[in-house]
Amino acid sequence: MIKVTDLHKSFDDLEVLRGLNAEFEKGKTNLIIGQSGSGKTVFLKCLLGLFIPNSGIIEYNGKAYQNFSKDEKRELSKQMGMVFQGGALFDSMTVEENVMFPLKMLTKMTSVEMKARVEEVLDRVNLINTNHKLPSEISGGMQKRVSIARAIVNKPNFLFCDEPNSGLDPRTASVIDNLIQEITHEFEITTVINTHDMNSVFEIGENIVYLENGVVAWKGTKDNIHKTTNQKLTDFVYASNLFKKVRLAQQQGL
Amino acid sequence: MLLNYIKSVGQYFIMIYDTFKRMTKTSELKRLILQELDDLIINSLGIVVFISFFIGAVISIQTALNFSNPFVPKSLIGFASRQSIILEFAPTFVSIIMAGKVGSFITSSIGTMRVSEQIDALEVMGINSLNYLVFPKIVAMCFFPFVIAISMFVGILGAYIAGVYGGFLNSDEFFEGLKEDFIPFQVFYAFLKSFIFAMILATVPSFHGYYMKGGSLEVGHAATTSFVWTSVIIIFMNYFITQLLLS
Repeated sequence: MIKVTDLHKSFDDLEVLRGLNAEFEKGKTNLIIGQSGSGKTVFLKCLLGLFIPNSGIIEYNGKAYQNFSKDEKRELSKQMGMVFQGGALFDSMTVEENVMFPLKMLTKMTSVEMKARVEEVLDRVNLINTNHKLPSEISGGMQKRVSIARAIVNKPNFLFCDEPNSGLDPRTASVIDNLIQEITHEFEITTVINTHDMNSVFEIGENIVYLENGVVAWKGTKDNIHKTTNQKLTDFVYASNLFKKVRLAQQQGL
Repeated sequence: MLLNYIKSVGQYFIMIYDTFKRMTKTSELKRLILQELDDLIINSLGIVVFISFFIGAVISIQTALNFSNPFVPKSLIGFASRQSIILEFAPTFVSIIMAGKVGSFITSSIGTMRVSEQIDALEVMGINSLNYLVFPKIVAMCFFPFVIAISMFVGILGAYIAGVYGGFLNSDEFFEGLKEDFIPFQVFYAFLKSFIFAMILATVPSFHGYYMKGGSLEVGHAATTSFVWTSVIIIFMNYFITQLLLS
């Protein structure tokens, strides 16, 4: 579980996070949504330790990050997996080498053990016969799956995803969403997903946090997002004509 | 603007300090160093040999054509070629050529990793990305003086071939000039500055790539800026080292 209390982050005079409070539960797909510039990416990077907040507390499994020793911080980073927006796969490495990389760098496993683990996770994300291909030789959807495989290969306790289905067709996007949700439930991981995609919100949003101007303006689940009275959230979620019609139909009881 | 420059200089030294912290796993580091040796040193040999040979030849011909006085000994062609190549051409100008070849390669490869979030991916895994990316380049560039030694040899060979086979002087006169007033300290000076330039070549382009912001267009911009700054620093350091050691 991750608990965030009164988080502030500024860049020079620009205050991006203004006293943010949130809780992300274990074994659930926690979604961060919000308009561009609302602070989602900065928030995610604070959770990952890539940005140091100006003030506030981030607790991982009940212990504040500020109180972690250097070794504990290093240990924590081993427990984190990240799926980047563009995949962030290493161009010069094959699919197998990319997935094996965290094991090679962070564990003392033998090459036989590493190979077996890589096969296991590639199989889990439904990637077959791609081991020796370079990232440039596979599709965008496959690259995302390699990225997920790399993120979970070290059995993390925390999985972070930055817009995991951006640039993918709706069907592949849905496959990726469902894969992340399955992995979250299967391995009891605390998953935090930063997304713009409303399909993801309605499909896998077990705990949703809506950010507005660097603060949490709404919290809830995919089931109660329909009933919200928060006008800005409604405008954001039902921005497309299709979703507006769906909402109208729901309100009319159709 | 001045404050930005001062800030960048500070950031550069912090980068170098951070490069030596939290070392990458030895087995991986070995692989990375061998890879960088191939990319930065071995792959540069072709262009260095080609340029050195022809510049050496041109120095020999230019010297011969500019000293047509019968009282000036022909061995001066060998002497002038040796001095120009060992003191300036090989260490300084080859380094500036390398700022274009190796420097842009370093900046664009690290910059692309920054843009595509590969550096963030390393950091999230708890790996010191500076050590992983910059340290192997520094180690590989320690072999740069060998490139300069090859450049010196090939440059003098070019001068010999152009001078002797061009009919400007005979072989004995060339070798006589080559040995005339030879000061071994000057070779030490040339290799010392080659080593300092190598460290500049490894770190300044890395700095421009690592801290770049923006997208793919900015990668190209960063590579150009890196070449300009690397060249400027090399030329300034050349003056500084020469003043310090030879004057």
